Amino acid sequence: MNQHIDFILNGEKRSVELRSNLTLLEMLRDKLGVKSPKCGCDRGDCGSCTVMIDGRTVRSCLVLAVEVDGHEVKTLEGLMPGGELTALQKSFLVHNSFQCGFCTPGVILSVSELLEKNPRPDRDEIKEALSGNLCRCTGYIPIIEAVEAHAGQEK
Amino acid sequence: MPIINEFAYIKPATMAQALKWLARYKKPAILAGGTDLLNSLKDGLAKPEALIDIKGLEALHKISFSRNRLHIGALVTFSELIEAEVVRRHFPVIVETARTVGSPGIRNRATMVGNICSAVPCLDSGPLLLAYDAIVATIGKAGKREIPIAKWFLGPRKTALQPSEIVSGLTIPLPEGKHAGCFIKLGRYAGEDLAQASVLVMVLEGNRYRVAFGSVAPVPFRASRIEKLLNGKEPGARLFADAQTLVAASISPITDLRATKEYRLHMCRIMLERSLRAASERLAGGGPRYGERLL
Repeated sequence: MNQHIDFILNGEKRSVELRSNLTLLEMLRDKLGVKSPKCGCDRGDCGSCTVMIDGRTVRSCLVLAVEVDGHEVKTLEGLMPGGELTALQKSFLVHNSFQCGFCTPGVILSVSELLEKNPRPDRDEIKEALSGNLCRCTGYIPIIEAVEAHAGQEK
Repeated sequence: MPIINEFAYIKPATMAQALKWLARYKKPAILAGGTDLLNSLKDGLAKPEALIDIKGLEALHKISFSRNRLHIGALVTFSELIEAEVVRRHFPVIVETARTVGSPGIRNRATMVGNICSAVPCLDSGPLLLAYDAIVATIGKAGKREIPIAKWFLGPRKTALQPSEIVSGLTIPLPEGKHAGCFIKLGRYAGEDLAQASVLVMVLEGNRYRVAFGSVAPVPFRASRIEKLLNGKEPGARLFADAQTLVAASISPITDLRATKEYRLHMCRIMLERSLRAASERLAGGGPRYGERLL
């Protein structure tokens, strides 16, 4: 059954016609061509589909696209409006915090949410913020180090 | 996996409208956070004709504390519980429990009321709400009901909710006198996971105890035999060891892909002792800080 929704995607107004059973992840990737959120487990376990709704991270595979009507959605693309890497992303580059990169957009968004609330997180707080983002390449240490360095807590 | 089943999506602005829509369909489903429902839709376990999204009912999106009772609206997420000053001050064990639910990205969406409506045996909120003698408030065509949490869970994914009703929220009475709690959840690893077993212990002034388990029976439950043994006695290693001997007779764990029943039983004994110790130390003003890992 088709529905019409209006929402803000990365700062831009969007209007979309879609089926009510489409997930936010499917709409972003397949209908709107926004490819940073990835489909990993498609059940909310892996965190690779993480996006923000009204400034809070959510699993876009566990949200229906129709639910974002009237809300503001931000993906990794929205964190870097001019296409420039953010300081956090540069820290990930310096610390070799990814290999395949599949989890990285979700990880960056989860960390961004943490830093917004808590600019100087300790290691436990970083781990808690990342507890829902699975990474099969790095063993997490380079990710945590990149966040610590960025937050000025390098040891 | 895409959702195959098609459904109407309705977002009412008032409770009256929501109840009207609920009555209009043979197979409706209520949507709040959706973190459990979306998976059921993908799996084809839920095939509703219509989804009634209650997120437009702003009145349900409230946490309030009055006359020593905490009210948690049906739309309050676990993240909002963790952040609420009134919850942190009076009910730190709610924060401790909420922080074990999924991960931040789940907690930003998932609601405590949704958790008890899904009513899977491993739900994290079950032992907590049982220990607090929480009350579930529902609204339906026939009016409002207040259901004690002890009568809420009827079986895996079965609750006392009638098809014509919506849960509006939860009430948690603050126990009289000082109290302290401790929640320990056993998962396969330190990150997000469903509970293999969980225990919540509350120690109240005057050597009164409440003990509840999750994930080791079809529904979460209060361990009344253990409570009887503990009540009226000073906390201590000897007493806690006696309590541990009653665990096997109190729980009925099964073997599934997440753990064997033997492992669950073994760990429940350990978790009971640690949570009794932590909660009684907390009541005395010390002990591990809330949220510290005790396994």
